Amino acid sequence: MTAPSASPTATGAGRWEPVIGLEVHCELRTETKLFCGCRNAFGDEPNTNVCPVCLGLPGSLPVLNAMAVELAMRIGTALHCEIRPSLFHRKNYFYPDMPKDYQISQYDEPINANGWLELPDGTRVGVERAHMEEDTGKTTHMGGGGRIHDAEHSLVDYNRAGVPLVEIVSRPDIRSAAQARLYAAELRGILMATGASDGRMEEGSMRVDANVSVRRPGDEFGTRCEIKNLNSLRSLVRAIEYEITRQVDVLESGGTVAQQTRHWDEDQARTGALRSKEEAFDYRYFPEPDLVRVVPDAAWQAEVAAAVGPMPADRRAALVALLGPDGTSGARTDQISTVVEHGLDDLMTAAVDGGVGAALALARTANEASAEPERARALDGAAYTALLRMEQDGTLSATQAKVVLTDLLAHGGDPAELARRHGFEAMAADSLSVVVGELIAAHPDEWARYVGGEEQLAGFFTGLAMKATDRKANGKAVAAELRARRG
Amino acid sequence: MTTALRLAAQVRTGAVSAADLVERHLAAIDESDGAVHAFLTVLHDAARRQASEIDDRIAAGEDPGPLAGVPVAVKDNLCTRGVPTTCSSLILDGWCPPYDATVVERLRHAGAVVVGKTNLDEFAMGSSTENSAFGPTRNPYAADRVPGGSSGGSAAAVAAGLVPLALGSDTGGSIRQPAALCGVVGMKPTYGTVSRYGLVAFASSLDQIGPFSATVADAAALFDVIAGHDPLDSTSLDRPAPRSVENLGEGVAGIRVGVPRELVDGVAPEVAARVREAAEVLSAAGATVTECSIPELTYGLSAYYLLAPAEASSNLSRYDGVRYGLRVDGDDVEAMMRATRAAGFGAEVKRRIMLGTYALSAGYYDAYYGQAQKVRTLIINAFADAYRHADVLLGATTPTTAFLLGDKVDDPLAMYLSDVCTVPSNLAGHPAISIPFGADADGLPIGVQVLAPALCEPLVFQVAAVIEEAAPAPAPPVLAASTWTGR
Repeated sequence: MTAPSASPTATGAGRWEPVIGLEVHCELRTETKLFCGCRNAFGDEPNTNVCPVCLGLPGSLPVLNAMAVELAMRIGTALHCEIRPSLFHRKNYFYPDMPKDYQISQYDEPINANGWLELPDGTRVGVERAHMEEDTGKTTHMGGGGRIHDAEHSLVDYNRAGVPLVEIVSRPDIRSAAQARLYAAELRGILMATGASDGRMEEGSMRVDANVSVRRPGDEFGTRCEIKNLNSLRSLVRAIEYEITRQVDVLESGGTVAQQTRHWDEDQARTGALRSKEEAFDYRYFPEPDLVRVVPDAAWQAEVAAAVGPMPADRRAALVALLGPDGTSGARTDQISTVVEHGLDDLMTAAVDGGVGAALALARTANEASAEPERARALDGAAYTALLRMEQDGTLSATQAKVVLTDLLAHGGDPAELARRHGFEAMAADSLSVVVGELIAAHPDEWARYVGGEEQLAGFFTGLAMKATDRKANGKAVAAELRARRG
Repeated sequence: MTTALRLAAQVRTGAVSAADLVERHLAAIDESDGAVHAFLTVLHDAARRQASEIDDRIAAGEDPGPLAGVPVAVKDNLCTRGVPTTCSSLILDGWCPPYDATVVERLRHAGAVVVGKTNLDEFAMGSSTENSAFGPTRNPYAADRVPGGSSGGSAAAVAAGLVPLALGSDTGGSIRQPAALCGVVGMKPTYGTVSRYGLVAFASSLDQIGPFSATVADAAALFDVIAGHDPLDSTSLDRPAPRSVENLGEGVAGIRVGVPRELVDGVAPEVAARVREAAEVLSAAGATVTECSIPELTYGLSAYYLLAPAEASSNLSRYDGVRYGLRVDGDDVEAMMRATRAAGFGAEVKRRIMLGTYALSAGYYDAYYGQAQKVRTLIINAFADAYRHADVLLGATTPTTAFLLGDKVDDPLAMYLSDVCTVPSNLAGHPAISIPFGADADGLPIGVQVLAPALCEPLVFQVAAVIEEAAPAPAPPVLAASTWTGR
């Protein structure tokens, strides 16, 4: 998590309150597209995953993918939504990346409605709806400024056309850019936990639009602008902060905010108007006559609900419980979020169950294992537990344990064997005692000060001992030897 | 009587080869279609190839299917793999579908031989086949008159004896009205009984594919072949394929026939007289015939001319010059789309796109599209009431016999009135059939219509067969092939 940046509301002496709602488009991780049997895959050769249906050829008809409905229901369940009988509409507008020049989307009868999502900070953000729709193709504009109107020509890849999406629309319950980031990150975790999405923002499988307005606290909502093209959590935060400042500036200089759709330009770090309310499309929604109503029966709903595992909030709570009273400190909260975000809570829990202290298990999982989340998720829990126990009982120093863990993540194997290969056999206590004796003899002044009560000099001797033994000494064992000699 | 069923029987027993049969019909088309212009494409080579395959299968002792070797014409809004499918529009210039419509596959599976694609009003929008970018089709009974529409090519091809069977599509009467005007049998099935996969959509909630033939038994046989569940069409009903042929000889003893004033009173006197004669035929055959009134039917046309254009405005958006068909260049993509659509669509299509776009626009949706949907519900309920006292309804198919070419092209409202008796069945999704029943003083064919509740096709054919049995024998059409034999 990044710390919230200075809020523009501070410059107005708390006179302006941002009001933010997010629309998150999530590509569903199905084998096939929403209305045909074409592969749903990212990065394939352009226009290879296409057929008459997703190309919108004359005479073709859509057939709804049941797996997509199931994933949408999982999302609804995880977001505490009512799951309802739903209907698809046609959203009509002309654009070359839309094969039919209409998008099949749920409109006023979405499959999921009236849910909520609880942020790690305890805020509950309402979810108005989470509805299904099809994705469009992808246009690349060649020549000109990269926009359609000044392009020399444009290329369209329809591999993405018809990929199933769920659009999750929050209520305007978010009050800062930092909170918007929290919401998006938490939602991403939920989407991944349900198996509905891979959560890859960089590949466009999760895309965010932000509705931003400002008001004086307690007033009615101000006029909002919708910001598009937010491709990362960083863009989300920067764009919202920019937009809040822009709107406050407009209002403080006596102007009024115009309702607009605005485009975030990451390079210029600013939003620019795309179109005004007056220029907004009339989408001419009407019920899609080629599809029938989706009515998930109670048995199917129950089956889906049962298949939805614990959500990140529940999983964080479980780790807090493992840690006991200090599970709620600030640093620990961040570490727990990291572990859950990377799906490593099972690994950490396995270590604790195997006798590793919860604090050590949390530290290694959040700080080291999370650096390689995919490998860590594949790691053998028993080997991980064995390694942390070696660190816990002093067989390995913390530094050595981290080296072995890096190895373990990269290649797997038996941690004891890996430690041996690194030459990390624990030094026998008597040879360590000889080394410590020599160091004391070589540094009589420091020894006298240590004996006199300057505890920090223990670190001085430990450092020397590590150096003298080529880091084979265990720091804890050195400290014990020093204490024993001081008497 | 060389009906399709008799021809198939001859082929199946080896009395006639499929190759000879197809050759005879190709020759008839080559000889006579110059005057009729029923066909946009004739598939000489493909038809010959398919016929010889059928003969091979018969020689090998395999079952070649119930329509073995029977030549069939297919309306040119049904997709045929590798064969131009134009919808009689310039905008699909050069487009060959990469797939067959489900009905085309089923035809082939049944041994039928697709010999060509027939003319229609552009995108099936019209009642005279004059809205074809490739010139009108002429009524085989009077070369200066229209064949009706929009499936005018299919109706005329059967009437002129060029093929024993044809497929059309019926959105507001586009099978039954041309069948009546050309003196052939034409039937619109229950919505959802025949797959729409591969039918280029006009108004998706109303479109249904159905048969043309010289006899009721042939229509039933063709319907049985094309009907049945198709997983590629979400609106396809999941029921076993019907076996309408088996009920044909059962007569009408004890059947209750209602004759709604609204389907008789407003039509030309000669047409109304034929409906009354048909009622007497049924009564004489043991049916209970009663007059009734369904006032709601008179609202059908207004509702239809909002709903159908609304859906069409969306269905026809995809013809934008980006992916297939015509492209007229422009300075940017929007200019290209505008130029393409301006050049590619005819006047009637543009009129309906504008009507439909307006009906769906923000602020007008409730007053037009919403209101029309309510009327649709009203008509469904009114039919349900009527069917409490009647098993089937009997009425006129069209208000008049075939009108002169050019007579109504400048008066769209007069043209739209051609559909007044047929539209209610589309709005309700019910089956209805037009059976030729005599002619007017000028020798122009008259059709009577039998309507029934959803999924009552066997009853529809059963009643139609009794009317057919008593119908005056048809005179040969003036533009008939030399092989024309009547029914």
